[in-house]
Amino acid sequence: MAKILAVDDSASMRQMVAFTLKGAGHTVTEAADGQQALTIAKMQAFDLVLTDVNMPVMDGLTLTRELRALPAYRFTPILVLTTEAGTEKKQEGRAAGATGWLVKPFNPDQLLATVRKVLG
Amino acid sequence: MSIDISQFHDVFFEESFEGLDAMESGLLNLDVGAADVESINTIFRAAHSIKGGAGTFGFMDVSEFTHVMETLLDEMRNGERDVSSESTNLLLETVDVLREMLIAVQQKTDTDAQRIAEIRQKLEAMLAGEASEASGVTGNPIEVDLTADMVESTQITIGWNINFRPHQHLLQTGNDPVRMLRELETLGELAVVVDDSKLPPFSDLEPEDSYLSWQLTLMGDIPKEEVVEIFEWVDDECDLAIEEIVGESTVAVENTAGSIKDESADHQVPIIVVEQAATKQVEDAKPKASSATPATTSIRVGTDKVDSLINLVGELVITQSMLGQIGDSFTQDMLPQLIDGLAQLEQNTREMQESIMRIRMLPISFAFNRFPRLVHDLSGTSGKKVELKLSGEQTELDKTVMEKIGDPLVHLVRNSLDHGLEMPEVRLAAGKEEIGQLHLNAFHQGGNIIIEISDDGAGLNEDKIFNKAVEKGLVDASEVLSPDKIHELIFLPGFSTADVVTDISGRGVGMDVVRKNILSLGGSVSVVSKKGEGSTFTIRLPLTLAIMDGQTIRVAGENYIIPLVSIIESLEIKSTDVKRLSGKGELYPLRDEYVPIIRLYEIFGLHPKSTDLEDGLLVIVEGAGQKVGLFIDDLLGQQQVVIKSLETNYRKVLGLSGATILGDGTVALILDVPGLMTLYKDPSLAKVLINDEQVA
Repeated sequence: MAKILAVDDSASMRQMVAFTLKGAGHTVTEAADGQQALTIAKMQAFDLVLTDVNMPVMDGLTLTRELRALPAYRFTPILVLTTEAGTEKKQEGRAAGATGWLVKPFNPDQLLATVRKVLG
Repeated sequence: MSIDISQFHDVFFEESFEGLDAMESGLLNLDVGAADVESINTIFRAAHSIKGGAGTFGFMDVSEFTHVMETLLDEMRNGERDVSSESTNLLLETVDVLREMLIAVQQKTDTDAQRIAEIRQKLEAMLAGEASEASGVTGNPIEVDLTADMVESTQITIGWNINFRPHQHLLQTGNDPVRMLRELETLGELAVVVDDSKLPPFSDLEPEDSYLSWQLTLMGDIPKEEVVEIFEWVDDECDLAIEEIVGESTVAVENTAGSIKDESADHQVPIIVVEQAATKQVEDAKPKASSATPATTSIRVGTDKVDSLINLVGELVITQSMLGQIGDSFTQDMLPQLIDGLAQLEQNTREMQESIMRIRMLPISFAFNRFPRLVHDLSGTSGKKVELKLSGEQTELDKTVMEKIGDPLVHLVRNSLDHGLEMPEVRLAAGKEEIGQLHLNAFHQGGNIIIEISDDGAGLNEDKIFNKAVEKGLVDASEVLSPDKIHELIFLPGFSTADVVTDISGRGVGMDVVRKNILSLGGSVSVVSKKGEGSTFTIRLPLTLAIMDGQTIRVAGENYIIPLVSIIESLEIKSTDVKRLSGKGELYPLRDEYVPIIRLYEIFGLHPKSTDLEDGLLVIVEGAGQKVGLFIDDLLGQQQVVIKSLETNYRKVLGLSGATILGDGTVALILDVPGLMTLYKDPSLAKVLINDEQVA
């Protein structure tokens, strides 16, 4: 199955996401902020990145931009997990290079459905 | 697949409470009028995480409430709203309510709905007050829209014509048209016509660009939303046209896989379906929230602590295998190696013990953190100006001790604010700075942690205290007491000097309770005060409750342990030095004071070979600010002992704080010095089954 990088500063969210995805057979690496995620992403390749937006040190949109600038992540699906469902925020995510988004709160089933959507 | 997300509740609560603490200290540090964006951002982020987590884990009330708060913070963050003391105070109140809500959810108790509604109204009023079209919380508009659509459409959708023309760079968003087509296929019957007219000759082809377009026909009674959703992420990376195919309902419906059959002819039906789905979601959420397992307390441990533990276990394994080898082929001449090995084992064990204890240790900042808020609130209500200084916040302390020291600390801080520090005008008149200083300090000293609460206020009023004590019958008016002794009086039960019972310290809890609580932790509290210059309360606490340094003693053939911290000295005495007073027992003149002698064998009803004071030793111990001499047969070794509770295995016994198992396997009781003193004063208490309330 896929290698997924899950980025969220909230440990409970991160654990929930990781647990759900691992349950579906994916390999999950966790990161607590954008900077950490970027460092990890440079060391190994991922099939999918799931990132929260609002995080300390480096936010999710900056992470998305930084990842898109890396050759290895030009086409990698990057999903933004956001509590803001407004079009403005979505536009920001898209401008940063995000593939799509998942609006919080979501349950494990919605998460899996969205992940299936990008991973095929 | 269904996943039980209640397993993440503990983590969620823990991080939410941490978030609330961060919000609180952030709010207290906000400079009114000139708040920096980063601090507001931190506060916002904490609120945001709680909202997201609460929503995810099904605590919708918390999530909605936080949403209102978040909106306000968002406006502040974007500079649309000034940081006023009014808004800061409201946000602080909001933090309190949120904390109560989370505690209620965690413990499954009821929330104070009225207070929540009140704060929420205030927040909404503040939001509405100034320019902001961001409305509070509305229902779920999606379902409403959906039903509206359904009612309007008199004809049945049998399919969709979709023209999908990706822009050149669509692939670079990580989206893939093929995946979208596959997904469309899951909704209904899909016919695909590809338009490759834009495809350049192979030599000019850029592999990272998209050239293809599709004309798609998707048959089935599919809500438009589902189709739109598939293209949701790319709708500005492509030209998209979605047209409805309308037709005879009966024929079309039968052709559709997996959708509603005959009933769909009646356009009312979908509405009901939608509503059912909505209620079902709500029902789903509820049992999840209520079936959560009761919260267990957890502790966050730095990875360095765990790493060092793993290291130590590694060393222990090495030592074990070394000893194992020696054991396999032991001969007399290997004795030095065996002794070496055992010494190594001892060191490993001790290091491991220390390391494990460190896991339970938390920086005292956890207990100190609440004080900026407390001082902020109290100085607001009392009109006093106070500057709070915290130091030694990184000093570590056992988690259990930390939890239990919170209330006594709050009381002492309240006390300093109420009785110690003066009103600004009084201070100015006394030639002091207008702003009073309150200092909380913590540091390690020996095996103890010392917490000091000092103020530069008026100091203890000795005359007033003495008169009050006489009035309460605690001392005799004719007694002449040193200032230190007078200061000690405030810790006596039933003592309170406040002229008026105030909101701050007049809560029916006196200093005696503070001292009692500290004593029950094996600690002590004392005060040093100078009139006009201020007071310092010093709390001395053991670092942990589980292990302590003990002195093993022998009384009539039995072993007992005296906590090393309470021992001052031990000496051989002559019975001719001892004064006997009627009603006060035996007193021993120790330098310039008389110390009562407690014969332990009497207290425990034992029969030693000799009861002559010359044949034994007198151990001078201190407890509850008083010295006594314990008469024992002999001193044995000093060692660290692991305290086993008597209450859990038997019941609380006055004069004993627990028991331990010595190296040779025998059980020794651990003496509780303050308890022994109580017992000495009133031996009849030994027969009484004591409940917690009565134990000093």
